[in-house]
This record gives sequence, C-alpha cells and structure tokens, in this order.
Amino acid sequence: MQGIMESIQTLCSGDHGNEGFMQDDEDEEEENGVGRLTSWAELLGFGLAVFSEAIAPQLQCFCDRTLGFAVGQGGSREAWIKAVAMAMSLVRKAVKKGWVGALAPAARVMSQALSTASEPITLDIPVPFKAHKVETPSVTVETSAQELTNFFKTMFIMRRMEIAADSLYKSKFIRGFCHLYDGQEAVCVGMEAALNDKDCIITAYRDHCTHLGRGGSVLEVFAELMGRKDGCSLGKGGSMHMYNKKGGFYGGNGIVGAQTPLGAGLAFAQKYLKVEGVTLAMYGDGAANQGQLFEAMNISALWNLPVIYVCENNHYGMGTAEWRSAKSPEYYKRGDYIPGLKVDGMDCLAVKQAVKYAKEYALQNGPMVLEMDTYRYHGHSMSDPGSTYRTRDEISGVRQERDPIERIRKLLLSNNIATVAELKTMEKEAKKEVEDALSKAKESPSPDSDELFTHVYRKGYGAKAYGADRKEVVVKLP
Amino acid sequence: MVRRRFSFGLVSRLSSPIYGRSPCSGGIWTPCLGQKRSFMTAKDLVESEEPEKKVTNRINMFSAINQALHTVLDSDPKSYVFGEDVGFGGVFRCTTALRDKFGRHRVFNTPLCEQAIVGFGIGLASMGNRAIAEIQFADYIFPALDQIVNEAAKYRYRSGNLFNCGGLTVRAPYGAVGHGGHYHSQSPEAFFCHVPGIKVVIPRSPSQAKGLLLASIRDPNPVVFFEPKWLYRLAVEEVPVDDYTLPLSSAEVMRKGSDITLVGWGAQLAIMEEACDEVSKLGISCELIDLRTLIPWDKELVEDSVNKTGRLLVSHEAPVTGGFGAEIAASITNSCFLRLQAPVSRVCGLDTPFPLVFEPFYMPTKNKVSMIQHSKHTNCRISFQSMCG
Repeated sequence: MQGIMESIQTLCSGDHGNEGFMQDDEDEEEENGVGRLTSWAELLGFGLAVFSEAIAPQLQCFCDRTLGFAVGQGGSREAWIKAVAMAMSLVRKAVKKGWVGALAPAARVMSQALSTASEPITLDIPVPFKAHKVETPSVTVETSAQELTNFFKTMFIMRRMEIAADSLYKSKFIRGFCHLYDGQEAVCVGMEAALNDKDCIITAYRDHCTHLGRGGSVLEVFAELMGRKDGCSLGKGGSMHMYNKKGGFYGGNGIVGAQTPLGAGLAFAQKYLKVEGVTLAMYGDGAANQGQLFEAMNISALWNLPVIYVCENNHYGMGTAEWRSAKSPEYYKRGDYIPGLKVDGMDCLAVKQAVKYAKEYALQNGPMVLEMDTYRYHGHSMSDPGSTYRTRDEISGVRQERDPIERIRKLLLSNNIATVAELKTMEKEAKKEVEDALSKAKESPSPDSDELFTHVYRKGYGAKAYGADRKEVVVKLP
Repeated sequence: MVRRRFSFGLVSRLSSPIYGRSPCSGGIWTPCLGQKRSFMTAKDLVESEEPEKKVTNRINMFSAINQALHTVLDSDPKSYVFGEDVGFGGVFRCTTALRDKFGRHRVFNTPLCEQAIVGFGIGLASMGNRAIAEIQFADYIFPALDQIVNEAAKYRYRSGNLFNCGGLTVRAPYGAVGHGGHYHSQSPEAFFCHVPGIKVVIPRSPSQAKGLLLASIRDPNPVVFFEPKWLYRLAVEEVPVDDYTLPLSSAEVMRKGSDITLVGWGAQLAIMEEACDEVSKLGISCELIDLRTLIPWDKELVEDSVNKTGRLLVSHEAPVTGGFGAEIAASITNSCFLRLQAPVSRVCGLDTPFPLVFEPFYMPTKNKVSMIQHSKHTNCRISFQSMCG
C-alpha cells in the first residue's frame, strides 16, 4: 500500500500549484466531519453521497449532517479511510473544477495521512528506571499517534468499566467480591503494547482489565461479574476468575502467590515448545511475601525460564502499607540473583519500554522482576472503603498528578495528535460501548442449574457426586 | 460447673477398642484432669449445664470473641495475637482495640504468609507462650496445613514430651456467607480432623464462642478454632461478661427428643433447628446435639442419644464425601448397630468445589434436612412395622 502511494506521489511530486486549493478543502472537509468516518459502511455511504451530490447538489447538506454523526478514531485503517474520504471529496470538487488537478493533491493527502498515523514519535520517559543487576533500558521510547490514541481509548474503556462495576456492586447486581483496577490501567495497557499472542499472562484477582487487554470483551467481563452465562468463565468463576484461552490469559487466581509457580510452569512449556513467548506472572506487594514466590523464582532462575515476574506495587496489601509488611519494599531487588527493574507504573510508555526490554532479556537469559510503581483509587475490594489506612488527600493527590489517562491526554494534546473535541468524542464513544455491554450483560441469563455439576472432572469421567443423603441424591458428573 | 469424680470403670471403658484413644489414657494428648468430662447421658448434661444467674451483655459473635481475646491478653502477660490486618481490628472486627490496649508488641500484623504465621506461632508456643494466630479466611489455611499437620500436631509426640506447642491456637473464620464464592466460603474442618495431636473446636453462638475460645486458648494442646463467619454479626445473644470456659470434647444437647438424633456444629445448627421446628409439626421429636469439639469428639453423648432414639442424621456444609460426618456415621454404626432403626444419614454440601452463583443449590438447606428427617423416619417406621407383621 505504502509503495503504491509513494509511486503516485513521485508521479505527482512536481505539482505544488494546487497546494492552496488542497489546504482549503482539507480545512473545510475537516469541519464538515470527513475526518470522523469510522467504518467502511459509512465510507460507502459517503461515496454514495458524493455521487448523488454530484447529481443533485441539494443533497449536500443532508450528507454533511449524516457525516456529522460519525466519530473519529486513530489507527491506520481509519486514517486510510479518512484519507480516501478526503480524496473523494477532492474528486467531487474536481468534478466541478476538472479531474486531473485533483489527483496529485489526493495522492499527497493519502500518503500524508498514512504516514502521520504511524509516523514514529519519540518521547522521553520522565521518571527514570531503577535497575538491579541489569542495565536500565533507554528512557527514549518510540511510539506513534495511533498507539497513543489506542492507549487513551483502551484505558478510558477500562476506567469506565470499573466504575460501572462499582455501581453494579452497590446495586447488588454483582455479589461476592469485586476488586477494582482503576488507577492501575497503565500497567496492563502498556504491557499489551509490548506483547503478542504468543505470550502468556497470569495474575491474581484484580483481573478485569487484564482480561480486556488479552482480548476479552467488556460484555464478557460484565456478564462474568454478574454470574451470567455469557461470562468468560460461563458465570462460574466470578470477578476473581476470568480466563481467556486464545489470548493466553491464565486467570484470575484467588489465593495470592499461588499463581507465581504456575507462571514458572507456563514459561517452562513455552521454552520447551520453542514458542518464542514469555510468561508474565503478576502479583502484588502483599503477595510478594509469600514463600511460593521465592520458590518459583529459584526454580525459574535455575532453569533459565522465560518468565517475567511483575510486581504491581500499589503500596497497600489490602489494608497494610508496604513498609509495614515487607522488610525490603524494593520489590525489584527481592529476586536477589534475578535482575530487576523498577518502573513508573502510571506511565504506559515506561511500562511498554520495560516489558519490551524484559521480554528480550527473558527470551535469552531467564527470569526478570519488574516492579510497577502504581496506585489503586478504590479500596482493596468493594467492602473496603479504602480510606481507613490512607488519607483521602493521598488518593486525590495521586489522581491529580499521576493519573495514567490524564498523562496520555496531555501527550495527545501537546503533540497535536488529537483535539479536545476529538478526545471528547472518543470518551463518549467509550462510555457508550461500556453502557451497551452493560445492558446486554444484564439481559444474559444465569447458567443452568446443571452447570453446578459440570467441569468438576473432565467430561466423560463418569464420577458420581453425592449430595444430601448419599443414597437418595446421586448425580453422575458429566 | 459441676465437677465429677473419675470412676475407673469408666476410664477402662474408654480405653476399649470401641472408643479408641481417649484423652485421659495418656498417649498423644495430655491428661486433662482439670476439665470436666461428661460421661453422663444427654439428659444429665442438659441439667448440669444450667448457667447460674450471671451479668450478661447482649452482643454478637465477633464482640464475644473480642471479649475473650481481651480477657486472655489481660490475664496472661505472655499471650500474643497476630495475623493479617489484626492491628486495626481485623476484617471481621474480632481484634478491635486490642492493639491500643496491649501494645504493638503483643498484638501485631504479619505479612501475607500463612505458612510462616503458623510456623512462627508454633515456635512462640513451644517457648511456653500463648500464641493466638489468626488466618484471615479458612480458605487460606492450606499453605499452613503442613505446619499444623507435620509440626504442631506431632511436636509433643516426637520429642517424647520434652517440648510441646500447646499454647498455639489458630483462629479462622469458616463457612458459607451467601456470596463468598470459591475462596471465602470453604469449611476445611475435615482436613484437620484427620490429624491426631490437635483439637478442632467450632462454636455455634456468641456465648459458646467466648467460652470455647477461652477454653481452647488455655488448653495445653494446639487447637484450630473455626468461627462461623455467617454468624459474626447475625448471631446476637446474652453473653456473660466474666471469664468463663466451656469444656472441650464435650458435646451439648440443644434440645431433647425421642425420635431422631441430629448432630451438627457451627452455623449449620441454626439451619437444623429450623428443620427440627418444621418436622415437629408432623409429630417427629428431634434431639439436636452440638458437637462443639470435632476432635476429640464426645462419642459417648452421641451414642447415648442414638441408643435412645435409634436414628442419626449428621449435617455439615463441607462436601459429603470425606467430611467429618463420615467419621461420626462410621463410628456410630459400629457402636450402636443393633439399636439403629435406619441407616445413618448425612445431609451435607455437594461433591463439587464451593460454587459461586449455585450456592443455594450446594448448601444443605433446611428443606433438605427436613426432607431426610421425614423420609428416614416414615420409611423406616413403615418397614419396621411391616417387619413386625
């Protein structure tokens, strides 16, 4: 695609005379909403509108209004659509003013749009890394407009999802335990930017957003939280047990620390099968004191397993501050013989850089520890107000200074990747997506009562489960 | 509390193979001469435990447990309370105000490490201190299972009584709570009942909790004390304000009856009481027994009761296969075989992991219990009558 564009550009490169013409049209079309087309269907509609407009000029304002409904998004596909749409609008103008003159600026517009979206932007990570027995990665990170916009959108969806889960819990749609991730979104979003589908993730119970990052949908998360059939674990797992097989997300574990030896096992399988992927075994600052973690670290260092231990340090293990539960709250050093990095967990780009670096390291040399310095705004779970062991000033202070979504918003605005209005439309769309998923999840039915007995053993095992009164109620487990 | 003289006839009866090992024949456990052992019938036990008029307060279970802990820390300067988040009062408020009153050196938080919490408690207890370790939920006790089974239970035995960790008490909230899911609702008492050397105690109400906890802490053997978390706030009772203990290894008859004996413990007794009320309208008179201590359990009292009624139903929340009801059923079948008019029934949780949304189907509810009571009773009465012509 790029090659074709470049060749068209070289063909028309000498033609600068139409630049002013192109600029005027660009501005006009921007305001009319050409830049906000999202789908091929809408593009087709626009094309038809162009065509009909050429035939019937009085349809023009109708087209403009319909276009105004569409919402803009970044991403190369959308940028391509945007570029084609702009080109077609130029064609429309050219029908009135002459065809040939439109080709050159059209080609230029296309290639410009394409390159702008994926053109690398270099940024510096403000908070430096701290390293233990390894070199720090570079603080200069390469990203692009589409990546930053993706970060923004995904994190915003996650934030809305967690807030919606909060109100669902309070209105008793979700019962049991609900551990919310808002404030920590940058960790999972930054991680995903550096990983692919060959990598595995396993984490503790604060897993709603990690599930989303690994390819889950908001509908699956809500349905699972409410214990409905459409949930990712068929409604049998609940908040703490979300899994995604295709995305390599191994859950969702209730007993903290127990997932780290599992992570070592996953990494062993990857190494053995030569998959060229790593496992990220995530745990929190509370679980960092579990013996199982150190056993897993020893094994993975001994056998050079490609596992990355990610400590999401939100500074509070439920109600206990890190300095009260750990002799050494420098969790990145606790691997001792395993090298470690401390990363600002509220900065997507820092997380991405660190995980990319750690992945390269792990594939060659063995395990690494990453400590993500992050923060959760909610309490430990919905039964915890979150203010008995920390001050409200601290929470609001972190929200003002270090909020991951605000950080990306500032980057987008300062690098002219998106305007305030575009960001607002993105937010609105995200809210709508979450609300739609929520209403759909509410309609989902509860699992059948037979599901109580399924999946205890593998299908066809034929074991019998006894219940009340061993003789009278006998169920053969499916 | 009535003190009974030991009669040697009874002691020899206890050592016979039918009863297995007894606490008073030496061996694994220490002789507990100071404690009341009830070798009486169910009837005598109810009468002798009439409480005298005492000053009482109307409080719930976590306050009763809190009072018990206050009492212990007051009376014994070498007692300590520790666990995850106990400093600010604990997730169920059982340890409120302890740290303020007794200081950080006696009431302290531990990091998130159950195995180390219990192991640390064993060490502390083996130096003659009273270590009261709290495990935040019974579901999390499994990393500590090795310490309890392999260290705490065998310490006295393997050292030939040179050392012991009798001062250890492990407290854990257990049981379903309505929305707990897989890891906040389990009843792991059966795992511990399989271990000679420790005691397992489960109270059913606030006054029982305070007395039993005080007895457990002061018992010279390691005790695992499971508290039904469902009753922490829900159960409210008049609890005596003073320091009192209830005897361990002594079951209690909650209501007397003549047609069927029901045995249970903890929160399940509330369900069983409702079921008993329901079937009494049909004329079935139920004798309800609270086992209180699971090991060593009061076999005599249950046997006397079954010898009287001829039928037994055991109910617990844990899955039925391998639950402690199996031990009671086997034991009673062995000793009361000729008196039994129907097989021993167990109304328990299902053989599945503790479910999330399916909890109402899993639990041994009042309807399940009363259905079995009724069916066992009528079926066997009919068959007995038909047998007699």
